[in-house]
Amino acid sequence: MERVPVLSLGDALLVSIQIDLQDNTVLALQEDLAERIVSTGARGVLIDISAVDIVDSFIGRMFASIAALSRLLDAETVVVGMRPAVAITLVELGLSLAGVRTALDVERGMKILRALSDRREVRQADEADADLVPVAEGGGPAAGA
Amino acid sequence: MTTSTGVEELPIRTGDDVVRVRQLVRARAQEVRLSLVDQTKLVTAASELARNTLVHGGSGTATVETLSRDGRSGIRAVFADEGPGIPDVDQALTPGWTSGSGLGLGLSGARKLVDEFAIDTAVGRGTTVTVVKWTR
Amino acid sequence: MTQADGGRVRALLRSGDKVLRRWVEAAEEPLRGRLTTGELGRTCSDLLSVLVEATDGGLDVRTDAYAGARGFLTELSRDWARRGFSPTETASAVFALKDALFAAADEDGDGDLATVLEASRWVDALGLVTFESFARAREQVISEQAEQLLELTTPVVKLWEGVVAVPLIGTLDSARTQIVMEKLLQTLVDTGSEHAIIDITGVPAVDTEVAQHLLKTVVAARLMGAECTISGIRPQIAQTIVTLGIEFGDITTKSTLADALLHAMRGTGVEVVRRAGSR
Ligand SMILES: Nc1ncnc2c1ncn2[C@@H]1O[C@H](COP(=O)(O)OP(=O)(O)O)[C@@H](O)[C@H]1O
Ligand SMILES: [Mg+2]
Repeated sequence: MERVPVLSLGDALLVSIQIDLQDNTVLALQEDLAERIVSTGARGVLIDISAVDIVDSFIGRMFASIAALSRLLDAETVVVGMRPAVAITLVELGLSLAGVRTALDVERGMKILRALSDRREVRQADEADADLVPVAEGGGPAAGA
Repeated sequence: MTTSTGVEELPIRTGDDVVRVRQLVRARAQEVRLSLVDQTKLVTAASELARNTLVHGGSGTATVETLSRDGRSGIRAVFADEGPGIPDVDQALTPGWTSGSGLGLGLSGARKLVDEFAIDTAVGRGTTVTVVKWTR
Repeated sequence: MTQADGGRVRALLRSGDKVLRRWVEAAEEPLRGRLTTGELGRTCSDLLSVLVEATDGGLDVRTDAYAGARGFLTELSRDWARRGFSPTETASAVFALKDALFAAADEDGDGDLATVLEASRWVDALGLVTFESFARAREQVISEQAEQLLELTTPVVKLWEGVVAVPLIGTLDSARTQIVMEKLLQTLVDTGSEHAIIDITGVPAVDTEVAQHLLKTVVAARLMGAECTISGIRPQIAQTIVTLGIEFGDITTKSTLADALLHAMRGTGVEVVRRAGSR
């Protein structure tokens, strides 16, 4: 069985699917990702499917599962590059992948992940600020980053 | 009159076989010049049905052939197993219904993705699902 | 079938410039000035040399020896079909070779019936090849034109950096809607746009199937990472959607194309402000 490689890129994991996915490969990828999110402390997962020419219900479910489990592990998932024919087919099949973030390409996917992590930092900074005695001068360290 | 050519049969015994069935159906769909969207729909249906043959039927075969009728071409794919059969076909075709842990979208979805769809099944004897997709 | 090795026909073909000249003369008449004499002459001369070569392999035009000749005739038919020649005109140009061959046979004093028949059958076979490929070429031209017409009536246009739109006009049938929607989604990829607008101001009514296609397109766009807005829904269409119980759910709709564009531009981070001093 071939495995899909998972690459680390900053605080994100990058998965680029370049092979024909058989069911065991799909399950293995799901497991690999869960482990890697925990071991690397990754905050984002980007799955590039621009080379994937079919997504059936099994593969579609993987995206939803990865999105759900990464959320449990405090990370966000973005699926990028779905081809029009694949999207049309998935809709016909009855799968809308609710809860899965999508983007046109890797670049835009990374932008989404960055925006999410910025928001997270602002939030954390706010929480940290809240513990301090309020002072006149505001502005957390990450604000406006 | 419908004529058929180039009959090819593949075994479905492993997950890799399911991938090979997809590849064969894709190649044949390209040959008759189905549109890209129609190719994708047919291959996706084939993937669902081949998986059912493996997972629910135990193992079986996929047979793919090229059809021609009134100047149109089509691809017929037949998925056959000698597994437990389907006791209630209507129920099995209900979107979201599964006897196992699937999504229950394979059978109902495959039917929506093709032009012709037929199930022949008998409990204890097995299941044969036939699909056809025609060029537009 | 004749077992002819084509020796005599080949000899006639090679009997000099006269064959070519006569062929061009005979072919010119039915073409009634559609081609210049120069162009016709070049075409006949090129075809003649291909044919001379092919006859080395006999007179059966279905053999491999004729692959080149058949290719030439197919190209020629396609070209002439595109330029609006009738099938008769195209085939006549090939049949004109008969005149030239008969005359050559006559002059050589070799005009026995067998040779003439052989030459005649051979040219007929070539004519058939031409005719068949002409028919095929015409079919292709027609289907291309149908496609072009569809392109013309449903242009997918870029309205702004990152915003594409398709203004639909007239009655939509399921097949046309499907093709347009596929094109719209492909344009999102090709132009890297994250916003699509389907404007149906010009659509008087839709049936369930068409409404479903519109809906599916919006969902498909979302799967691809883009947002699709529908604008210009007429009251009647809104009625249809409601009565049919079609879930339009959380889909963004706007009353006009302008509103939809504004919405999409905001999404891309553009804020439109009226300059102070202007109305
Ligand atoms: N070849 C088969 N043999 C036996 N049962 C089948 C077969 N194909 C489908 N089924 C039954 O139909 C149900 C629905 O199939 P499907 O829509 O593909 O959903 P899933 O495979 O996700 O369960 C299956 O759960 C199974 O009970
Ligand atoms: Mg299934």
